[in-house]
Amino acid sequence: MHHLEIQNLSASYGKLQVLDSISLSLAKGQVVALVGPSGSGKSTILRVLMGLTPATAGEVIIDGKPIDYRSPGDLRQVRDRMAIVFQQYNLFQNMDVMTNVTIAPVKIRGRARKEVEGEAVRLLARVGLADKHAAYPDQLSGGQQQRVAIARALALQPEILLLDEVTSALDPELVNEVLDTIRELAQDGMTMLIVSHEMAFVREVASKVILMDKGKVIEEGAPRDILDQPKTDRGREFMGKILRH
Amino acid sequence: MHWFADQLLLFFQPQTLGLLFQAIGMTLALTVIGCGAGFLFAFLLVYARQTPGPLALPLRLAAIGFVELFRRIPFLVVTYLVLFSLAAFVSGLSLFIIAIVAISIYATGYLAEIIRAGLESVPRQQIEAAQAMNFSRWQTLVRVVIPQAWPVFIPPAFAFMVAFVKDTSLVSQIGVFELAFRGKELVNHGMSGLFAFGMIAMIYFLLSYPLTRLGRQLEKRLASSRNPEPQR
Repeated sequence: MHHLEIQNLSASYGKLQVLDSISLSLAKGQVVALVGPSGSGKSTILRVLMGLTPATAGEVIIDGKPIDYRSPGDLRQVRDRMAIVFQQYNLFQNMDVMTNVTIAPVKIRGRARKEVEGEAVRLLARVGLADKHAAYPDQLSGGQQQRVAIARALALQPEILLLDEVTSALDPELVNEVLDTIRELAQDGMTMLIVSHEMAFVREVASKVILMDKGKVIEEGAPRDILDQPKTDRGREFMGKILRH
Repeated sequence: MHWFADQLLLFFQPQTLGLLFQAIGMTLALTVIGCGAGFLFAFLLVYARQTPGPLALPLRLAAIGFVELFRRIPFLVVTYLVLFSLAAFVSGLSLFIIAIVAISIYATGYLAEIIRAGLESVPRQQIEAAQAMNFSRWQTLVRVVIPQAWPVFIPPAFAFMVAFVKDTSLVSQIGVFELAFRGKELVNHGMSGLFAFGMIAMIYFLLSYPLTRLGRQLEKRLASSRNPEPQR
């Protein structure tokens, strides 16, 4: 059974339709990558999944159960089961690194502070920031902030991790430290839906690639097929641009 | 010179000084209690105004209506409205209470706009990050938005209060024994109007100048607390 399934999902910002009947699915432990030109709606899918942007039509199904995003109970449940890492990190500027990572598990989920803090120490060590517990976000580089954001998402113990162009805002020399972290997560069997422009990375970690354009899925398959031999003209054009650049 | 010495003597009578100190206390009490209550109501008003959903539409409209209405009515008129409307329903209310109600109504309108601008200065992404982690609206406000917004709204809110030290003089019109009222009284008791109000003016200056300086200091400290020194 699919862990996460999206059926005929549509969404718009005002009059602009950004998602046009999208369907896709994700199995447990699978890493699926969404690729495509900017404005193709990739990030909007993640926003709809987290209940940050309303869908105009279609369904999100988790473990066979359709989610009603207007129901507070359902909304709470999806936000408990999925976590998102944003392109711009969005760390809480008024909290130090440790608080950023522990606040939701402790204050929102009501878990024991001691236990959460122990876990946060391990997570921060895992992303290479063991010495930054007391730093504030604006004292860290972009790559460090993004790794804190990943630790923060992991502290929520999500079943599915959504990554929204997590390296796009970073200087090139900082990209690898973040990709290394995600690579490890993939090896550990974390279920992930990734929006990325890093094609070499997508090829390496994703078991399925979904190529989007103008709010539609135009190709879907193994990374090798989609990245090397796109079947559509639009796919060839996009891959050509990405690879030349 | 002789005239001036006479006036000084009149002014520095223990009884006069006592009354003036009481009046200073009254002016400060009106300002602090009135603006303090106004600050709390302003927060509630902004919270009401930002309540999402179609069901909360009347709430939002009421909040907007309150702010738009009372920011367009002179404070003296608000004071008379409060005086006559409260007098119609409750008898025996003290003028002090009436003045406090008038000041807090007026301050609520202004402070609500200051607080709203402060809250809206926090980037939307900060709020979305909180929502995505299941923060409730209240938790988002208290844990994420206010801690980032207060360095923005405290300085102008404080400045409003300091400026209001002067505007409290208008409640002398309904007979509250604050500074300006005592000035008129001194004149009635034979003191020169120029001298009496010259002294009253000086007292207002001595009250508001240090507060203004304090406000500037506050602003500087808050500005630096928002941007700690880089550690790297």
